[in-house]
Amino acid sequence: MALRNIDGRADVAGILAILIVTLFLALFGASRAADAAFAIQMWTLIAATLVGTAMVTGILGRGPSVDQSSRYENGVVKAGVVASMFWGIAGLLVGVIIALQLAFPTVFYFEEWGWTNFGRMRPLHTSAVIFAFGGNVLIATSFYVVQRTCRARLAGGLWPWFVFWGYQLFILLAGTGYLLGVTEGREYAEPPWYTDIWLTVVWVAYLLVFLATIWKRQEKHIYVANWFYLAFIVTIAMLHLVNNLTIPVNAGSWFSYSLFSGVQDALTQWWYGHNAVGFFLTAGFLAIMYYFIPKQADRPVYSYRLSIIHFWALIFLYIWAGPHHLHYTALPQWAQTLGATFSIMLWMPSWGGMINGLMTLSGAWDKLRTDPVLRMLVVSVAFYGMSTFEGPVMSIRAVNSLSHYTDWTIGHVHSGALGWVGFVSFGALYCLVPWLWKRARLYSNALVEWHFWIATIGILLYITSMWVAGIMQGLMWRAYNELGFLEYSFVETVEAMHPYYIIRALGGLLYLGGALLMAYNLWRTARGDVPARERAGDTPVTAPVAAE
Amino acid sequence: MWTFHKWFEKHSLILLIGILVVVSIGGLVQITPLFFIESTIERVEGVRPYTPLELAGRQIYIREGCYTCHSQMVRPLRDEVERYGHYSLAAESMYDHPFQWGSKRTGPDLARVGGRYSDEWHRAHLEDPRSVVPESVMPPYAFLARRDLDVSDMQDHLRANRMLRVPYNDAQFDNAITDARAQAEPLGANAYDFEQRYPGAAIRDFDGEPTRLTEMDAIIAYLQMLGSGVDFSTYQAEAPENLR
Repeated sequence: MALRNIDGRADVAGILAILIVTLFLALFGASRAADAAFAIQMWTLIAATLVGTAMVTGILGRGPSVDQSSRYENGVVKAGVVASMFWGIAGLLVGVIIALQLAFPTVFYFEEWGWTNFGRMRPLHTSAVIFAFGGNVLIATSFYVVQRTCRARLAGGLWPWFVFWGYQLFILLAGTGYLLGVTEGREYAEPPWYTDIWLTVVWVAYLLVFLATIWKRQEKHIYVANWFYLAFIVTIAMLHLVNNLTIPVNAGSWFSYSLFSGVQDALTQWWYGHNAVGFFLTAGFLAIMYYFIPKQADRPVYSYRLSIIHFWALIFLYIWAGPHHLHYTALPQWAQTLGATFSIMLWMPSWGGMINGLMTLSGAWDKLRTDPVLRMLVVSVAFYGMSTFEGPVMSIRAVNSLSHYTDWTIGHVHSGALGWVGFVSFGALYCLVPWLWKRARLYSNALVEWHFWIATIGILLYITSMWVAGIMQGLMWRAYNELGFLEYSFVETVEAMHPYYIIRALGGLLYLGGALLMAYNLWRTARGDVPARERAGDTPVTAPVAAE
Repeated sequence: MWTFHKWFEKHSLILLIGILVVVSIGGLVQITPLFFIESTIERVEGVRPYTPLELAGRQIYIREGCYTCHSQMVRPLRDEVERYGHYSLAAESMYDHPFQWGSKRTGPDLARVGGRYSDEWHRAHLEDPRSVVPESVMPPYAFLARRDLDVSDMQDHLRANRMLRVPYNDAQFDNAITDARAQAEPLGANAYDFEQRYPGAAIRDFDGEPTRLTEMDAIIAYLQMLGSGVDFSTYQAEAPENLR
């Protein structure tokens, strides 16, 4: 009966068509499944398409499907905020577990199953924090920002919701797949071929929704944040398509053979891998910086011209930097040198962006004392500056010969991930919840202070322990005794890591604790609660405050 | 120049095309030559496609995420060459779809682990790493010994590889399933034929369980062949065609 309304709704018809085609393909796959893992994946897909169909048709049954009370589509952004917080905590939790597994190698292992072994949990952690948490933050904020900066409602009717739920399905398939042992075996590109195809469909829808909203804009100019979002969406599409070219074993197998092999595969993968950093974790989050920092500081962006130079230079140079992951490998040296050269040049646009973000505070620096959300945003940019300095240093061949394969790399990644991506996302979410749920302010600024300091200490413990561990590891591997023999066996270097792995796990635990405080704070804010014991105004917190 | 930029800011499609052009250049200049410059992969003696059992072992290696802690790429640095053996050549991974060079050594490099330990050592180590290396932080993989290896779609695996120009011949392709079993049955009826099809490949009961073909057989068969391919007595590292 609800289906009668479909006639006039091209968006609903399109989504239903995708769901039904997917349903039949998944049924076919399930019927051919060669192993339990693939069968479980296909049945997950079948269940998801059925739920999706019920949602789409059910919404029609209830009349108007979207909230028309606002000029803008806010529902999908709200859902994105909730999903971001959920996946953020899940991803951090898995991170803490695998950190503990390295410190105490009997934690959470089941001898008869491999589900929770480090090798399967590590992709779960990286994908959960990068793609599930980061991706949801990017989708939610881009949907929010593009509407405000274009003064236009999100285009496509139900399509933004398709993007949202389709992306959650991608996460679900990828994440449960890892635990079942389903992987393509290339870092940050682990999802199998059918999950890749599904993501492609979702991503095309995302690009079209974003572009169509820009086409509807009532502003002459496209705002700088949207350049970055667009570069992020388009480039990720390119990287995803090229790096995931594979030949599946058959229609009943999750396993596939990548089109390229050996050295070509390695460079394609790190072209992808490094630009997952460059475009997912940098360009996308710079867009957040360009909207939320000016907004929260109530100041214009520092320099329009700097943003132009920094934008084009950043996206041009980043693409070249991949080979610095392959120094001293069997990759031809000309490619290594080229990669290192561009990595070092990349320092300039990176700092151009940092300067543009930080200097936006001109005339409003005093707000750092009173507004912990703004401070979080600004500190994220400082971390961005730090890790984009560290990166070029590590791409120098001599430095890389020491740092590569060690925990220094892990520390470097986390100064960027926890300090930059994490903090800028948290800042944006702290902004978004009062705006979207129409509250005058956050439930508790004191809790934001606690979050800020707990998380900052966590990051410092994490990155300093990994610096020490990594450099020590690298030096121990190349240490010689006076007789000219290698001084240490490999396992002695493993043993030496133990205390640092404990400190790292502690750092991660603190960071997770901060995120939990945040989730509580946002939940109370959304509910419209006001602290029983209101502290006067926005005075900085000097002593611990009970968080009623 | 600044007024010129208004074009990009006012037309989303121009902006889109501009972005696409700018982000394509790097990859095109850097990656495509690797497919055409002949010296990218050295010419060496001895590198052969994986046997079906090794290929199955490699899939388990990928499935379990071994690459998250183990590299397969020895760099030409003095300490690495002394610790692991000859530095890795591009030719050694030319049949690796995907490559497994790795990026982190929580555990040691495995590019040349083949033949370094006995099958029994690998078995004990995989079942309980700390029984042979007390300081190890590796997870246990005891379940591999208890799971039968599924070889039913082995021919599909070889077909996919052949499509990617991995040089399996027709005899190897036709006997894929037989060969997967034969490699773990040194006294079996097909051992001789297997040896003809894959000269030099090890034929052993890798998991010490002669009645069953398990995932442990496959993973050990794979580990034991790693790095053993190239005949370094015929490889001249300083020859001009090998300098890249």
